[in-house]
Amino acid sequence: MSASVSPKEEQSSNFAFRVQTILPIVGVLIALIAEVLLPNHPNLKYADLPHYRYFLYISLAVVAVLALLSLFWESLRRKYSYRGAFVGGVYIFLTLLDLVTAKWLLLPQLYFPSIARIFHVFFEDSALILTCIKSSFLLLVKGILIGFIAGMVCGIAVGWSRGANYWIYPLIRILGPIPSSTWTPLALVVFPSAQGAAVFLIAFGVWFQITILTASGIQSVKKAYFEVSSTLGASNLQNLFKIAVPAASPSIFLGFFNATCSSFVALMAAEMIGCKSGLGWYVNWQKTMLSYPNVYAGLIVVAVFCYILVTLQFKVRDRLLSWQEGVVKW
Amino acid sequence: MVEQVTRNLEKVTERAAEHREVGAESTGAIRARNVRKEFIDPNGEPVIALERVDVDIQPGEFICLIGPSGCGKSTFLRLVAGLIEPTEGTLYLDGEEIKKPGYERGLVFQDPTLFPWLNIYENVAFGLKMRHIFKEKKDEVEEFIKLVKLEGFEKSLPHHLSGGMAQRAGLARALVNHPKVLLLDEPFGALDAFTRMNMQDELLRIWKERGTTMIMVTHDVDEAVYLSDRIFVMTPRPAKIESIVNVEIGRNETYGRKRDSVDFLHLRSKILQILDYTGKAAEIEYNI
Repeated sequence: MSASVSPKEEQSSNFAFRVQTILPIVGVLIALIAEVLLPNHPNLKYADLPHYRYFLYISLAVVAVLALLSLFWESLRRKYSYRGAFVGGVYIFLTLLDLVTAKWLLLPQLYFPSIARIFHVFFEDSALILTCIKSSFLLLVKGILIGFIAGMVCGIAVGWSRGANYWIYPLIRILGPIPSSTWTPLALVVFPSAQGAAVFLIAFGVWFQITILTASGIQSVKKAYFEVSSTLGASNLQNLFKIAVPAASPSIFLGFFNATCSSFVALMAAEMIGCKSGLGWYVNWQKTMLSYPNVYAGLIVVAVFCYILVTLQFKVRDRLLSWQEGVVKW
Repeated sequence: MVEQVTRNLEKVTERAAEHREVGAESTGAIRARNVRKEFIDPNGEPVIALERVDVDIQPGEFICLIGPSGCGKSTFLRLVAGLIEPTEGTLYLDGEEIKKPGYERGLVFQDPTLFPWLNIYENVAFGLKMRHIFKEKKDEVEEFIKLVKLEGFEKSLPHHLSGGMAQRAGLARALVNHPKVLLLDEPFGALDAFTRMNMQDELLRIWKERGTTMIMVTHDVDEAVYLSDRIFVMTPRPAKIESIVNVEIGRNETYGRKRDSVDFLHLRSKILQILDYTGKAAEIEYNI
């Protein structure tokens, strides 16, 4: 079914309609009908929780407004109609989950609670979850910052100076590939607090990634850049900071991207070993309490948390590395 | 014939007079004494990259180095730039020994090698910033961007420019430092024929305006004859300057030379002869 109005008409007037923008509304309506019309299974606990239903009402309002706006707003129309089928699909998936868990109770409800029950956690436990987000964020920022600075220093030294390369590089080769969680026993002994140990574990993973990619980035800078800059009057130090580092920045950024991704792993692992706060600790603790709705809620928070951080990173990269020809897309 | 010679002589004298004028106020004399360069190849064997060179290049002179690959022309340029050190002998700039690269010897490659993370303005301003004189000489950045006709492209990134434009930006970047000597390593080699001819004229214009000593590596005999005062013809195995040819053909109003004049063609085939490419190319020319 051809959805778009012919391009000519689209140009002449700003007003246009695309069928794809309706798909999210359809998805939400299906979810809502299933939730409202079908009765919950008689054995379902917490059957009266309204959160999922409220969520669907709000969703309906939002997708309706978006569909209306995209009638008039061209850039929104383009993006929203492209994503329309996906958004609709998400609600169909939620409907299936709702059916399987709340309506028909096909899975053991201890491990697979209803959607409403999971959403309920966000309200019930919001204070604790917020503290956990804050504590995880602080650990992550400290770890990444320390690891990044140490990694840049080592990477630049190894990539630039032959002496540093001789002494430090073998060390990096030996220590680096050890997964940072392996250091846990040592970290717990050396650092007075579990927080300190966690920062160390995160920083360690980040340090390795940044060092390797900074060093290789600097080593593979075109020699001609240095030759030209030298004949333009640049000193050795200027060659390093005005040529080598900017030229290696795509590689450094790739290292940073890998590092943040692995730092999430290190963060969760570190928080599970001894911290009394943080998202990793929350998920682990709720698991031992057999409180699976909280585990899922925690996982959702972790997913959103990491997604936001990675998206932020892409924004920064797009700004800093826009000079690159044919930027690598991830 | 006699007339022709007299006319040429007149022009040569004229040019020499011009030269003295430029030479009196500008510097940029290169002297090479006993310069030899050896490299060690991957097998550990020494390879002679350049045999003994003894030359004097006058301030404001336009020199072309020509020869097939492996004849040491780029090696000579790098030696003058100070990017490599001679195995034996010494090079001097205005009587001072050349030991390392410096802004007074600007360098332009065949690949413009603009810094891709800087825009055109920042690229041109790079040398001034490195020398910490950007604040005082800010106006000159614009001036040189104008000189190479790139006004309006200051904010563009290097990969948005065409080959010719990028090469002009590279030229401006080197010139903004007011180098005494400009070293050009096949600067127009990657450009199409028309762009190349335009760039040659622009280079001559800049040369005349600034009185910079030009040392240019090229593999194009026409280009060498069109541009230079003297041509260093180089041959490989052993890599050395085989002979130095004075180009005594009068320059036209764009300071270039009439490409289809008898003198031009004559000199061209003479150089090809030295390079041992006498055979077919020359014969075909004279059969026309």
